Amino acid sequence: MHEVRFHGRGGQGAVTSAELLAHAAIAEGKSAQAFPSFGPERRGAPVIAFSRVSDRPIRMRTAIQEPTMVTILDPSLLRLAKVDQGLQPNGTVVLNTSKSPDEIREAFGIRARLAIIDANHIAREEIGRVITNTTMLGAMIAATPIVTPEELEHALLKRFGRIAKKNISAFRRARKETHIHEAV
Amino acid sequence: MEQRLGLEASIAIAEVVCRCDVDIVAAYPITPQTHVVEHLSELVADGELDAAFVPVESEHSAMSVCCGTAAVGARTFTSTAAQGLALMHEILFIASALRLPIVMAVANRSLSGPISIWNDHSDVMTERDVGWVQIFAENAQEAADLTIWSFRLAEDRRVSLPVMVNFDGFILTHTIEPMLMPDKEMVQAFLPPWEPLLKLDVDEPISMGPVGIPDIYTETKQVQQHLLTQAYGPIVETLNEFAQHFKRTYKPIETYRSDDAEVLLCTMGALSETAMEVVDRRRKQGQKVGLVRIRLWRPFPFEDLYRAVGNVPVLGVMDRAISFGGPVGPVASEIKAAFYHREQRPKIVEFIAGLGGRDVPLSDFGRMFDSLYTTGETGKIPAPTIIGLRE
Repeated sequence: MHEVRFHGRGGQGAVTSAELLAHAAIAEGKSAQAFPSFGPERRGAPVIAFSRVSDRPIRMRTAIQEPTMVTILDPSLLRLAKVDQGLQPNGTVVLNTSKSPDEIREAFGIRARLAIIDANHIAREEIGRVITNTTMLGAMIAATPIVTPEELEHALLKRFGRIAKKNISAFRRARKETHIHEAV
Repeated sequence: MEQRLGLEASIAIAEVVCRCDVDIVAAYPITPQTHVVEHLSELVADGELDAAFVPVESEHSAMSVCCGTAAVGARTFTSTAAQGLALMHEILFIASALRLPIVMAVANRSLSGPISIWNDHSDVMTERDVGWVQIFAENAQEAADLTIWSFRLAEDRRVSLPVMVNFDGFILTHTIEPMLMPDKEMVQAFLPPWEPLLKLDVDEPISMGPVGIPDIYTETKQVQQHLLTQAYGPIVETLNEFAQHFKRTYKPIETYRSDDAEVLLCTMGALSETAMEVVDRRRKQGQKVGLVRIRLWRPFPFEDLYRAVGNVPVLGVMDRAISFGGPVGPVASEIKAAFYHREQRPKIVEFIAGLGGRDVPLSDFGRMFDSLYTTGETGKIPAPTIIGLRE
């Protein structure tokens, strides 16, 4: 079972990312859950969302304490929280940053497998706004094939309608431009 | 025809209410019920549901409107949670005493204070005695299915009582998961139009809700108790018909790997699913543990409970609410009372868990099962325990 925790800020689309991943998995015939960190929502405040994806029915009605993947939409969150808390030993941190993996590992003590993408840059160029959730989905799929890219693009199309094209471009570009660095 | 979709239980409920072709939705938004009524108001505004959406100024008014509309023979739905349910309290008694087949989805949430918008069962436990049929869902599929079924049961002339479908706030209301959504034809083949035996009609005037003087009040209460108890037969019958029609089976008491169990844990609502996961893991380690899951809460299915527990010597009960200064766990106290006069009765251990949205991880269920084994070995029943309490 894939268990993903998303860290973002209110308005960046962390919850939408979790939902899109679950919708793509469900469309593939898998079981999935998507849920926010339950509570009031405020724009700009740190937000956590979760997804589970499994080939078998999911019966876990608990928060995800030991994720297989952590996705960080906003690099400023690295300073606020230990974002890789509870990450499973073979888990992956998917990070939006323009910094090098060495800088990240040294500054924040992250030893886990890293998938790095400059999502702000891609989102600005492709979407015209620094909303990185769909770009980050591309990076996640590049790191671990939780769902097929086709099914995720289908979910994007359904969700975003006329602005789907830009999001799909960002998603595709992220799949190509993500750099994977194995755990140290 | 059914379509497999990823939906929150809230949206799933709103969609099936639309397929049930209700005439009236009267509701006041309250977290975590909000998505149910938001989506229903969208369906009405978009013309997909030909109903009146009544945006009332409080839950007291919501239930009052529901009583009025059901009394004229309109198929009526509402939804609420926590403080909203509490504000409806006095009108809930009216709905059942007038035998109005209102269906209400309760997105279970803790009662304030301190202010809490999160999940537990303190709202519904406070409304045990209002004379409604009360049933619990464990996932989005069940929340939707039991809502469809509720209209069928409520409108059954042998029953003609309001029904409350309980589904856990946030854990179900705000979680997207796969479920099978039946189309309108399939729902309507199961749910024929309602033909009330009596209704308010200007051409054939009757009175509903007159004064019950001391000469008659006792008899009306006896009839209510009789009706709700006797609703058990139609409940099982209509659940069986639901199973034939939709191929999904629901029973008043559900069990999980209970047949050869050494200890049993009794659960209600969505956390039963986490508990099943723990049962599977313990079974792999050789511990014969099982579950008794209460689905039907009112009328309480005593005989089903006795059958489910059988000769198992230790039964844990996980409550999601506290009866302050009383017997601690409301569900446990009822189960204890149910077994008191029986020759064969288990040792009953009370747990309180998951209050006000406190996460109940697998390890907490593990602690409960460990406690049940200790009780079995020592013969000593521990005092009621709050699981996951920080000290």
